[in-house]
Formats: sequence, C-alpha cells, structure tokens
Amino acid sequence: MIPALTIENLSKVYSDGFEALKGISLEVQQGDFFALLGPNGAGKSTTIGIICSLVAKSGGRVSVFDADIDKDFPAAKKHLGIVPQEFNFNMFEKGIDIVVNQAGYYGLPPRLALQRAEKYLKELGMWDKRDVPSRMLSGGMKRRLMIARALVHEPRLLILDEPTAGVDIEMRRSMWDFLKRINAEGTTIILTTHYLEEAEALCRHIAIINQGKIVENTSIKHLLRQLHKEVFIFDCVEKLPDTVVIDGFTVRLMDAHTLEIEVEKGQYINQVFSALDTLGIHISSMRNRANRLEEMFVNLVEGTA
Amino acid sequence: MTRQEQYVAFMTIVRKEIKRYMRIWTQTLLPSAITMSLYFVIFGSLIGSRIGEMGGFSYMQFVVPGLIMMAIITNSYSNVVASFFGSKFSHSVEELLVSPTPNYVILMGYVVGGVSRGMLVAVVVTIVSLFFTELHIHSYFVVVLIVVMTATLFSLAGFINAVYANSFDDISIVPTFILTPLIYLGGVFYSMDLLPEFWANVSRLNPLVYVVNAFRYGVLGVSDVSLPFALGMIALFTVVAFAFSMHLLNSGKRLRQ
Ligand SMILES: Nc1ncnc2c1ncn2[C@@H]1O[C@H](COP(=O)(O)OP(=O)(O)OP(=O)(O)O)[C@@H](O)[C@H]1O
Ligand SMILES: [Mg+2]
Repeated sequence: MIPALTIENLSKVYSDGFEALKGISLEVQQGDFFALLGPNGAGKSTTIGIICSLVAKSGGRVSVFDADIDKDFPAAKKHLGIVPQEFNFNMFEKGIDIVVNQAGYYGLPPRLALQRAEKYLKELGMWDKRDVPSRMLSGGMKRRLMIARALVHEPRLLILDEPTAGVDIEMRRSMWDFLKRINAEGTTIILTTHYLEEAEALCRHIAIINQGKIVENTSIKHLLRQLHKEVFIFDCVEKLPDTVVIDGFTVRLMDAHTLEIEVEKGQYINQVFSALDTLGIHISSMRNRANRLEEMFVNLVEGTA
Repeated sequence: MTRQEQYVAFMTIVRKEIKRYMRIWTQTLLPSAITMSLYFVIFGSLIGSRIGEMGGFSYMQFVVPGLIMMAIITNSYSNVVASFFGSKFSHSVEELLVSPTPNYVILMGYVVGGVSRGMLVAVVVTIVSLFFTELHIHSYFVVVLIVVMTATLFSLAGFINAVYANSFDDISIVPTFILTPLIYLGGVFYSMDLLPEFWANVSRLNPLVYVVNAFRYGVLGVSDVSLPFALGMIALFTVVAFAFSMHLLNSGKRLRQ
C-alpha cells in the first residue's frame, strides 16, 4: 500500500535566513492516526505549510498518496484537507458560504457542495450557526468551522494544526470522538499538538520534532513504554560473564564491569538485586541513567508553559 | 482538475466576488452613482451650459462618455484591489491557495468579478446620465468592446496592486496619486484640441487618453486619437498586465512564504 504521506529530507530556510527545518523525513501510512509533537517553534506549522503549498520548501521531497508536490501539486492537494493553526476566514462571510465556497474550489458542483456543507456542519454541531458571519463565532466554533471546511471535499488525508488550542474540555472530548470516528471510517489523520496526553488519546504513531529535526518517530505504545521505563547502571566488582539473563528484564552488558538494566513500571528493583545475588554478582555502585525522552518531555513542557 | 471542475471553481470565485460587492453596495455601487450625478449636474448642466460646444457636441454629451469610463475604471480597479488584498490580509486567500484550483482560474475569477462590477456601475451611471442628456450610441460593438477591455485591464492592475500591498494604505495610494490624476488628465473633461501642442503630445503618453477616447468614439463617433491604435494600446497593456499577474501568482511572491 502506498503511504498517505512521504517526506524525505525536507528543509526550509526562511527569507530572513532562519533554518526552520533541517532535513526531516517522515512516512505516514494510510489509515494511520499520526501525531506530530513538538514545542513552540519546532517547525510543525512550517512542515504543514510546505505540504499544502503555503510555504515553499528549500529542499527535499514531499508526496501525498504518491503524488509528488513538485510534479503534480493539484493531484496532491485533492487528497489533502488542512485545518490551519490560525483562523483564516473572511470575517464577513457566513459559515455556510465559507464551506460551500471551499467545496467549489475543489470543483464540487453547487448542489453537491451544499449537501456536503450541510453534512459536515451538522456533524460538527455548527449547522445552527451557519448564517452567522465568521467574526461573530467563538474560538471553539471557528475551529469546528475550519474542520468542516477541511472535510467538505472528503480528503483522504486530514492534517490538523493544533486543532484543540483554545477549545474547552468538553468540546475537546467531542472533537476527539469525531476525529476518531472519521479515522475509523478510513481518513488518515495527522495532527500537531503540544500535549502528549492528546497524542496518547488519539494517535497510533508519533513523531517528535524539535528545532527543525525529528528526534523520535515511533508508535505511541513504544514511546509510552520508553517513557515509563527507568534504566539503571550497575558497576560490578568482579569481571562479568559473557551473558547475564534476568527473567522479565532487559539486560545489557556495557563492558566487563558494567551492566545496564531496564526497569519498567510495576517492576521492582528488589527483583533485580535478588537475581544478581543468585548469579553471584556483587554491586559496588549503582546509578540512574538519564532518560533521554523524559528529559525531552520536561523540556517540551517547559517550552509550552 | 478537469475543465468542468475548473469551471466550477471559476464560477465559485465570480459568485463570491459579486456577492461581496452586492453585500456592501452602499460602499461599492452607491458612491459612483452619487459622484457621477454631481458631475453631471455641475459640469454638464451648470458649467456646461456656459462652455458651449466641445468637439462638435454639447458639453454634456461630450463629458458623459468620459465620466462613464471613469466609473468603470475606478470600480473594476478598486473591486479587485480591495477584495484580493482583503483576502490576503485575513489569510482567507489560503482557502484558494491550498485548493487544486489553477492560478489562471484564480486570476480570471477575480478579474471577471471586477469587470462585472465595472459594467454594473456603468449601467447605473448611464441610466443616471439619461436624466441629464440624450445618448445616441454610435457603435454598440465598440462600446461593449472597450468597456470589457478597459474593465479587464484595470481589474488586472488592481490585482497587481493587491499582491504588492502590505497595508490598507497601500491600496489607496495608487488610485489616489496615480489613477485619478491620469483619468482627469486623460481627456474626460476636455478635448485634446484645447491643449497647447506640447501638452497634447505629453498627454499621448497617458494610457487613459486612449481608453477615454476610444470609448467616446463608440458613443459619439468622435475621438482625439485613432481607434485601431487606441484598441491596440489597450490590448497591449492588458496582455502585459495579465502576464505579469500570472508571473506573480506562479512565483508565489508575497502570497507564499
Ligand atoms: N515567515 C517566517 N519567516 C521567518 N521565520 C519564520 C517564519 N515562519 C516561521 N518562522 C520560524 O520558523 C520556526 C518554526 O516555526 P513553526 O511555525 O513551524 O513552529 P511550530 O512548530 O508550528 O510552533 P508552534 O507550536 O508555536 O505553532 C520558528 O522559529 C519561527 O520563528
Ligand atoms: Mg505551529
């Protein structure tokens, strides 16, 4: 199956010389629910801007469902629905006109455009507000209107840039449910967020971006396991045997006198000690290895606080 | 996009543009009707009656085609410049930019929107003028041709202005400091015969002279310049403006980062 999105070695230098993306590569499979997580200024919106043609890339390749944006951008755009980070409505236009016009820009004839607009405005609870000029909508309503607008041509890949920013908890839940549903119905979804909790609630895969580089790209499950795991380093008195096996633990031999052992949530260090005791291994000292991911998350949280 | 889809996108833009100026008709359609009525009263009736003939016609008859043309030019220009700059300013232009709509369709949609307003105002102003004078159209073909070409040219000019504009001030500078003086000096109010030879020659550098005179020829059958030459000049300016607008869109200048 062809991937929904392929990004290879993508770079961006803005006109003021700032290097926002330093060669990132990503692949998002069809049907996936993918999170792009990163602190302010990491390059999330820049990446999305390039995918949807609002930002010109400086290098690298992007294809959407096998349509290379350099060769056939219109084909790529057809598959794409974009919910931008900032509101970008004409203030005076009504919700219904905004959605119907967007359908028109994708070539949907007026009757179909109206049907689709009704469908998605209703699904997002915005039908009652369809005749309200966009400037008179609340922030959460504007967000939902942007989602309806992005879906009107029924794209195969929906990209949302911080869809839940400024949305209250209740609305956030119902937005999550909605996104989960359309994902289950076959739409591939990518969203950016500052919150691991949001990625955890929705996504199957996650990439973490920081200062224009992808620093992690894995499944949510694996990431969480990594996060909830502590790694201890044991300095041993005697020379160690070639292999050390402890049931239920991952053990690595660093050198002849050093062991590295992973302790997951729910396991006890006591178990490690008694096992080492049984093996006749004596410990002279022990320390905690810094958890790279955890450090990164502390930074992420600080970055967004 | 198939031809059919492109046509849908084009019509969507045109309809949106028409809806926009209709919604704010007190700012888009009414002012021209009022200013032109004032021109008719002051220049046509009050002062005109003392001026006597100009180019073989009553002053009122002479001045009406120029004034209609002035309304067409300012309205088609300001429609596109205001609408496109507005969509750039609010970022709603991104709705179009992220869609598969080709650039030439975007450009034509905005231009036809501007042309339609120019023509609508032309009709309104013409009806108003009928309260003050009789109009005999010399050549309907030339009249329609010139109106469409001129409205297209100035819609394109408005588009270029909008792409370069960074603030709302920038979209009024050109109309105030360039367009209006050129229109006033383009022979709306006087025949080139009245000018000393030097200034008559200088006037020939003003593209508005061709526009106003070609239109006057269509209405009255008289012109200070030759009609084919005038048509050729307008066509040339239009082609250049179109090519330049397409270049701006294709390069993404000031629209994409
Ligand atoms: N038009 C621009 N010109 C110059 N630099 C820019 C421009 N747009 C963005 N940048 C810079 O590029 C970097 C990445 O910005 P981007 O908007 O992609 O970050 P982000 O990950 O979306 O952040 P946030 O979470 O705050 O939305 C930032 O340092 C930003 O200042
Ligand atoms: Mg962003």
